[in-house]
Amino acid sequence: MSSPHIRRPASVQRVMMTVLVALLPGIVVYVWQAGAGILVNLAIATATALASEALMLRLRKRPLWIALSDGSAIVTAWLIALILPSIVPWWLTMTGVLVAIVGAKHLYGGIGQNPFNPAMAAYCAVIVAYPALMSQWPSIDGVDFATQLHLILGGSREIDGITGATALDAMRTGLRNQNDVRSILGSGTGTFGFAGGRGWEWIAAGYLAGGLFLLVRRVITWHLPFGFIAGMGLMAGVFWLAAPNNFPSPLFHFASGGTMLAAFFIVTDPVTGTSSPLGKFIFAAGAGIIAWVIRTFGIYPDGIAFAVLLMNICVPLINHATQPVPVGQRKDSRP
Amino acid sequence: MKARIFNPRGGVKPDSHKKESSESPIRHVPLPPRLAVLLIQGSQGSARTIVTVGDRVLKGQCIGEAEGADGTAIHAPTSGTVTEIGYYPMAHPSGLSSQAIVIEPDGEERWITYEPLDPATADRDELILRIQASGIVGMGGAVFPSHLKARSNIKTMIINGAECEPWITCDDRLMRERAANVVTGSAILALLTGARQTLIGIEDNKPEAIAAMRAAVRNMEPVTRKCPGAGKMNVVAVPTRYPTGERKQLIQVLTGVKIPPNERVTKYGTQCFNVATAHAVCRALLHGEPMVSRIVTVTGNVERPGNYEVLFGMSIADLLAFCGVKPDTTRVLMGGPMMGFALPSLDAPVIKGCNCLIAASNELFPPSAPEQPCIRCGDCVDVCPTGLQPFEMYWASRTKNLDSARRHHIFGCMECGCCAYVCPAHIPLVDYFRFARSEIRARDEEQKAADQARTRFEFRSLRLEREKSEKAARLAAKAAETRAKAAAGGNAALIADAVERARTQPPAQDNAEQDHQK
Ligand code: SF4
Ligand code: SF4
Repeated sequence: MSSPHIRRPASVQRVMMTVLVALLPGIVVYVWQAGAGILVNLAIATATALASEALMLRLRKRPLWIALSDGSAIVTAWLIALILPSIVPWWLTMTGVLVAIVGAKHLYGGIGQNPFNPAMAAYCAVIVAYPALMSQWPSIDGVDFATQLHLILGGSREIDGITGATALDAMRTGLRNQNDVRSILGSGTGTFGFAGGRGWEWIAAGYLAGGLFLLVRRVITWHLPFGFIAGMGLMAGVFWLAAPNNFPSPLFHFASGGTMLAAFFIVTDPVTGTSSPLGKFIFAAGAGIIAWVIRTFGIYPDGIAFAVLLMNICVPLINHATQPVPVGQRKDSRP
Repeated sequence: MKARIFNPRGGVKPDSHKKESSESPIRHVPLPPRLAVLLIQGSQGSARTIVTVGDRVLKGQCIGEAEGADGTAIHAPTSGTVTEIGYYPMAHPSGLSSQAIVIEPDGEERWITYEPLDPATADRDELILRIQASGIVGMGGAVFPSHLKARSNIKTMIINGAECEPWITCDDRLMRERAANVVTGSAILALLTGARQTLIGIEDNKPEAIAAMRAAVRNMEPVTRKCPGAGKMNVVAVPTRYPTGERKQLIQVLTGVKIPPNERVTKYGTQCFNVATAHAVCRALLHGEPMVSRIVTVTGNVERPGNYEVLFGMSIADLLAFCGVKPDTTRVLMGGPMMGFALPSLDAPVIKGCNCLIAASNELFPPSAPEQPCIRCGDCVDVCPTGLQPFEMYWASRTKNLDSARRHHIFGCMECGCCAYVCPAHIPLVDYFRFARSEIRARDEEQKAADQARTRFEFRSLRLEREKSEKAARLAAKAAETRAKAAAGGNAALIADAVERARTQPPAQDNAEQDHQK
């Protein structure tokens, strides 16, 4: 055995557990605002993730316990459950998790080797395959747990009256119909709250709280969340200032859709991100900018997943351009 | 005066574990039954035996003289008889052996007398020769011959009392108890190197040492005051952080100068000496005492942890036994836990670089958790004091992409171990780097051998080529000569020439016959 002979009490497991703990405030608010159905989805996703992870490890002839207990599969599972509409049928959640664990993670060689964020890859796959199901979001307080359970367990999808447009959808449709931002927000459909989607903005606040906890615990550095929020805020801010009737404010973007979850829990995935602080900032800001563009000009409910995958592709490029220079060395000694 | 501190990047703060050994005064160890002084004390500087078995020696008598300009002398640690010159294991990760002079003490501890040298009046060369003859080497663990460093010409001298590795407290105790000698030695070194200012860096977790050293600087002995450079001597408390005690790190903390891994500190007008080295210089010049012992921290899984004044050549096993090493000790580390190594053999004698021995048990040093895949979390990047990207070097080493490893400055890594210390995936990063470096070196060697072979081959073809063209030139010259002769003397000359040739050459069939008879 050689030096160093001591190790800081740190482990991948501990990192992942901290991330899970940090997701709890958001989940608690989610249950409070939108009902306990999300817990069922979380359970389905977790079970699928662990089972498929174990299966893949067995097939790849890797030791089971170390990788299974590192918690990374559970983090992926929770993120997928949280970004899917909370009333999707069970098999859709399972499909998403399988795409993430089997496709995006293990086929690329397992944790550490995968270039694409597994949760985002899963989201993109299911939204392309099942666009209709993926657009059925329950209205915030309109669905009781029994109905949620019925829908999740694959019951007949009589969803009229219990789903509603998300804030992003309502905004986009309104703008396409030549309404201005203020009249859309004031339309009194119960979709909007004080900042983003009614109810959802509180869930976003829960994610923000958890994210700050991760910052304090130094699991993540500020470059990623700040970069993402800054990138999105810059685009939203410029257009909003130029044409406030046609573009919603940065605050609306921050509080709607998956912005907070993405800023603190998704772009912060270390495996599929960049390494240097500057690289991290560029990566996250790029994702924020692209997400805003897709939200504003695209057809999908939220653009974050595509934005992150696009930036995943750019990682080698960013890494190459932002290699840090060793202490005391000249710039041209960059690797 | 409040000195400025320059905070370097990275570094870690492991549990210090200093209190275990720092709270009791330096203790003496009884004379062991024999002392085996190794002729090779470090990777640089060896000695040549000048005694034979049966010789009686005095304490401090030179028994091995410096070999070459880089060599350092070794001395009898006590008075007694040379009983053996044989091979003993070295305290080195390789477990190799080296020649040692074994002395059986007579128990009288009779010193040889050397004349002290007055640094204020003695010649610089004389002083430096005395340092070499006294066998002084870097005592921080590097064991670099001090006379070589004392010869440099610098502006700022750094005296290293940082002692950033956990568990080690020998410099702490030395500064608390013998501050005056450390300060005097520092002043002498400042004189030799021409330094205009001297900065003594001590980590702020050693307030007693800082106080003692500050007092010593204030009450400097008159002899020291005469040394120019001593006037601007400053004791600076530096923040506790590993690896601030690494010399380039300490230089950066104290002066702000960032020295790249591949460049010499003297190029930047600085040089760094350990406090124990300064102490040894003082003893050697002012008291005529060569290096025969050092302070060793013995700590960890022992009954009586503390600091011990140990004669060179004492077996490490004996020393540990004296300190009450506990039975559940699994291995013994020499140096600190961050950069030290597990001793392959406890029969190795104590050498000049042996600053600390840590008896390790599974409880104090739990075995590392199994290695997991790298998750690219970047923690290793954050702590690397050199600003490298350890995980990139790791991926490159793992996949044997040696060019990439080199491009990521794998040779700039000082093996401080900060990256492996924090890695949540428990990857033994430094091991990977050592492996990749040896692979690169091996490949370079091969490349060199291949290049040499090619050069040889090319040279040979060149030679053949040249011989061929020379031959052609000779033939052409000869033909020209013949033509010229023919032109000058007509056929007669040609015929005479042919006759002459036939006469001097034996007939062909004679040759054949002779061959036949054989
Ligand atoms: S600390 Fe370990 S897991 Fe994290 S990037 Fe470095 S090598 Fe990889
Ligand atoms: S061991 Fe090398 S790579 Fe690791 S932190 Fe130290 S200098 Fe950096």
